[in-house]
Amino acid sequence: MNAFMRFALAVLGLPLLAGRPEAPAPSTLTVYAAASLTDAFRELGHALEATHPGLTVQFNFAGSQQLALQIEEGAPADVFASADQRWMSYAAEKGLVAGEGAIFARNRLVAIVPRTNPARIGGLADLGRRGTKIVVAAEAVPAGEYSRETLEKLSAAPGFPPEYARRVLANVVSQEENVKAVVAKVQLGEADAGLVYRSDVTPSVSRYVRVFEIEDPYNVIARYPIAVLKRAKNAEAAKWFVELVSSAPGQQTLERHGLLPAAAAAPAATQP
Amino acid sequence: MALRALALVLGALLVLLLGLPLLSLLLRIPSGDLVARLRDPLILQALRLSLLTSFAATVIVATLGLPVAYLLATGEFRGKRVLEAFIDLPMVLPPTVAGVALLTAFGRTGLAGQALSALGITLPFTTLGVVVAQAFVAAPFFVGAARAGFAEVDRKYLDAAATLRAAPGYTFLRVLVPLAAPSLFAGAAMSWARALGEFGATITFAGNMPGVTQTMPLAVYLALQSDLDAAVALSVLLLLVSLTVLLSIRLTPSRLAALAARARRAPR
Repeated sequence: MNAFMRFALAVLGLPLLAGRPEAPAPSTLTVYAAASLTDAFRELGHALEATHPGLTVQFNFAGSQQLALQIEEGAPADVFASADQRWMSYAAEKGLVAGEGAIFARNRLVAIVPRTNPARIGGLADLGRRGTKIVVAAEAVPAGEYSRETLEKLSAAPGFPPEYARRVLANVVSQEENVKAVVAKVQLGEADAGLVYRSDVTPSVSRYVRVFEIEDPYNVIARYPIAVLKRAKNAEAAKWFVELVSSAPGQQTLERHGLLPAAAAAPAATQP
Repeated sequence: MALRALALVLGALLVLLLGLPLLSLLLRIPSGDLVARLRDPLILQALRLSLLTSFAATVIVATLGLPVAYLLATGEFRGKRVLEAFIDLPMVLPPTVAGVALLTAFGRTGLAGQALSALGITLPFTTLGVVVAQAFVAAPFFVGAARAGFAEVDRKYLDAAATLRAAPGYTFLRVLVPLAAPSLFAGAAMSWARALGEFGATITFAGNMPGVTQTMPLAVYLALQSDLDAAVALSVLLLLVSLTVLLSIRLTPSRLAALAARARRAPR
């Protein structure tokens, strides 16, 4: 019984251990970034670790909307990089970041189809063909919002019927909760086509899919803002990371991963 | 005495752990909001789809699970332990993994998927796919409970039935199943609850499409990404529905158990 009591006390003592929720060590930098930045940011994280011995860069990649909510609920992030201005502004409104963030990259949408091309899609216009299985990101996700905008623009393009957007959306069989899930469904060959970012077609993905570019006038150029959080535990390293991302080598890394450089971004949206 | 007090404290802690999150969910919702949300056709759609698919999954699991449970409870055969572990596997498998596994099996390019599509059956992105995903994760709960129920039935009733020259099928349906009914009900209830809450396998295998594959858990998750209040309201709704069904199923077997007990006493 004595042993039992001791065990019970140990159980009761457990909550004491839970006091501090994984407060990162001073040498840890926690970056919350949009899912579409996954590969590029991992590389930049390694680069920062290499130049700053003792520093560990941790990432949480998810839909920007989800990250914004997690940060609002007190998640221990130092840096927030969003795939659109909407969720950065949301974070700013809640007083979580100062200013509206700095634009560090741009991205554009493409259509992808499985390499086997089961629906025999020969161009963007075929996405409106009845019975084609299309997968897009949900409307709450930046990529989903851009997809709908692009489809609307294409409806006014020459060679596309005016009801193009409506037809394509009627073909949607799933609205995924983040853009990487769209990639997966096309890559697995379950969907006939999907709308994703150019940067999502990484080397490992491009083995499985074919890309159809969407011309500039009809494309939506996504602008990615980045900001250091007001309550960042490691504000110094957070600043290093933001600087690295905007530096020339950082921009090259982003480009190599299919993102467009920040240059020529809307001038009003830069630095607070 | 000290032991008893300690047990009480431990028990209270568990109730707190389980109850507090649910209670705070109820407290967070603005009054009247729930009723307004209930009128939202999108939410009704998700709720209807959830109820439909989870009941369908339960029926499938119970129908296919009954013989397996019987076999496991009464038979001894080679590979029994392997079969047991195999059936329990979906319980420990992360649901997303279950979803990927289902895709590789029943997806368009999957092992069985190609044969299915030749028959004109498509599972990914369809309501049927949701049912399959739910049945996959819910099956172990029914088989486990049904098996325990069958094992508890006293052999002498089966022997008595055999002496009276009852056919094995008759004995199974008229003696064994009624005696194990409370366990079968409990198993079905657990399976149903698991199916209703299913998220990971569903979104991976069947995708997310309002009216087709967007069940309540998916709707809650999607709402959480844009509208926290809506997500809370949906969660409360789901909570109330599940609680009602679980309670009513709990109350039914106790009456059934009483009936079964009376039936058991009668022949003596």
